[in-house]
Amino acid sequence: MKRTFSFGLGAAAFAFTVALMAQTSAPELAFDTNADLLKLPANTFLGEVAGVATNSKGNILVYTRTGHPYATLGDSRTFYHAGSRLFEFSSNGSFVRELGQDLYGFNAAQGLRIDAQDNIWAIDAGSNQIIKFDTNGAVALVLGRKPETIGVRPAAPRGGATAPATTAAPAVTPTATAAPAGAAGAPATAARGAAIQAALAAARGGRGAGAGAQGSAFSRPTDVAWDRAGNIFIADGIGNNNRIAKFDRDGKFLKSWGQTGAENGQFNGVRSIALDAQGNVYVADAGNKRIQVFDGEGTFKSQITDIGTPQAICISRGATQFIYSAHSGDPDGMVDAAIYKVGLDGKVIGKFGSAGKLPKQFGLVNSIDCRNENELLVGEMINWRIQKVSLRPSR
Amino acid sequence: MRRLLTVLAITAGIATLGLAALGAQSRATATNVPVIPHESVPNFFKLPPGVYTGENMGIATNSRGHIFIFHRSGETRLYEYDEKGTFVKEIGRGNYGFSFAHSVRVDAQDNIWAVDEGTNMVIKFNPEGTKILMTIGRRPDPIQQLTNMPGGGAGTYLNKPYEFARPTDVAFDAQGNVFVADGYDDARVAKYDKNGRFVKSAGTRGNAQGQLNLPHTISADAAGNIYIGDRSNARVQVWDNDLNFKASYNNVGSPWAVCVSGGPHQYLYVSNSWPDSAPAGSVDTTGEIYKMELDGKIVGKFGRAGKALGEFATTHQMDCRNPDIIYTAEINNWRSQKILLKPQAMKPAGQ
Repeated sequence: MKRTFSFGLGAAAFAFTVALMAQTSAPELAFDTNADLLKLPANTFLGEVAGVATNSKGNILVYTRTGHPYATLGDSRTFYHAGSRLFEFSSNGSFVRELGQDLYGFNAAQGLRIDAQDNIWAIDAGSNQIIKFDTNGAVALVLGRKPETIGVRPAAPRGGATAPATTAAPAVTPTATAAPAGAAGAPATAARGAAIQAALAAARGGRGAGAGAQGSAFSRPTDVAWDRAGNIFIADGIGNNNRIAKFDRDGKFLKSWGQTGAENGQFNGVRSIALDAQGNVYVADAGNKRIQVFDGEGTFKSQITDIGTPQAICISRGATQFIYSAHSGDPDGMVDAAIYKVGLDGKVIGKFGSAGKLPKQFGLVNSIDCRNENELLVGEMINWRIQKVSLRPSR
Repeated sequence: MRRLLTVLAITAGIATLGLAALGAQSRATATNVPVIPHESVPNFFKLPPGVYTGENMGIATNSRGHIFIFHRSGETRLYEYDEKGTFVKEIGRGNYGFSFAHSVRVDAQDNIWAVDEGTNMVIKFNPEGTKILMTIGRRPDPIQQLTNMPGGGAGTYLNKPYEFARPTDVAFDAQGNVFVADGYDDARVAKYDKNGRFVKSAGTRGNAQGQLNLPHTISADAAGNIYIGDRSNARVQVWDNDLNFKASYNNVGSPWAVCVSGGPHQYLYVSNSWPDSAPAGSVDTTGEIYKMELDGKIVGKFGRAGKALGEFATTHQMDCRNPDIIYTAEINNWRSQKILLKPQAMKPAGQ
């Protein structure tokens, strides 16, 4: 009795919350999913699926945070190793191979895309690198450099006299040699605060300040896309840079645009990027709850809204192209989620899915593959899986 | 040899140091408790050559009598043994949720649930251990976590619906609802439905009724009541299925491990474990395991602190599917034991 009552209260509160969140009246699209497509070898597991993509043969590649990220002790400085793996499956889900075992730059998987020539591009927000594999699985191009060492915060001083905490923390501190134990130092809290900033800056890489980052000094990059000429566009990212960086097909830096902010051409967390057949650039600007559209030179053209918080986007192929955009409205992937289908003109065609752990529910979608407009592959961070989504063809 | 530690292991270890005073172990106040004769099956668990277990943190059986041991070795690993104690296979090696073992449970469908207090995750495997069916909680972002090194890991203490703070154990009721004991940093029990959706949580840190001070172990009876080892408050709390306080049993020491048995007549087993730090004097006042009726009446006790067979060096989890066969996982002895109880041979207390 009592139980029923409290459940009823919870359900009412939940319904109210959802009512508050579902402000757009996009039509619901009918869909079905297969949440059990991939067959992994014994004792191999997907972790958080940061990236999923298909190649022209229909093979499925998955870049996932799994295994153990670790920091070293007993070295001159502290190094960051492991934490992510890249698997390839056939279109029916059987395991084909692993790529990049023990690769130096595989630390915190963030995205995965496959280009028109079937090269595989892994985006890693831990090493701050974009790594291109050719179809044989050999590394063909690397953009960005993994920070040599990670900025571990110095131990808080214990006891001793205090000094004014006026020294600005260096951007990157090789901390194994810093601050011998027991040394007199700034008050613990101030020292910690500065050190935290230093550690964060080091972890994020980049130049900080969110403006004017050039070249390949990425700061937690998230995604990659290409135009027909093979120019490379990097979404950079969810660290300090908030920019799009453009390189030519050989990896030569051409230009970058954007900085932190909410104006047109500014970003608040660049989560994903995709190009249409005309070479227009669509950027998921998650913190500003919009997709911004630029031409290939970075000139702002328009923005798409009423799609929630876009965490992952893709653009389908074919004569009429569509955008799919994954919305996650809560940090747990349990309350507010949907995938929107949008025309290139920004018109919302419909949405599907909800938040949760069951099939047909989505827990923090971080990647969508829509090579086939009505057969998507969706990678989830929370639920450690991909789902193959089947949509009815729209008329 | 390169000395390597996972980021999470470092943080978890330091957090443990930072919280060194988790509460002193208490002498049980029950008196004239009859002693249950017992013996330990020698060499029950048999490992292949070159395979070791480390600190045995969790142990559970499935309906076929297979035994699962979740332990901290070079890595945290989960082993399966058959009913004769022969090693069968390893489960979940290298998965993203294994960092610092804390407990393992098997639900009514024989799914295997691992609780990891390093990654802050509860991981559900299928009965074969070949697939991960569900996860609850999320491993901290490795990049963000650099801010926590090497000082103490920052617990959120926010009782978030889907984030734990060093969770300790998991239990299930007949409807498949999931109860997570959370934990060292938060002080609550969180309830989820069988689909992993948050229902509610209850408990704050303290020693009043319904408050918790290190909910370390949890088990449910057939009626859906839950038994929480409120370790640093030296009591077992009984809550109803909606997480309302019902009763408290405070005469059996500090409960490191609780277990509600199977069978038509359910018993509650409570281990007043010898602390892993083995503070002076504790060897004489801890280590025994109590058998109780669900209403708190003590039936008897067995075992004591020590390293010999039938003694226990920090019992960290128990399985009691069969009320007369108790499997124990021990931290400091790096082993598990199969204990056969012989209640029919009990003598009155004091003899």
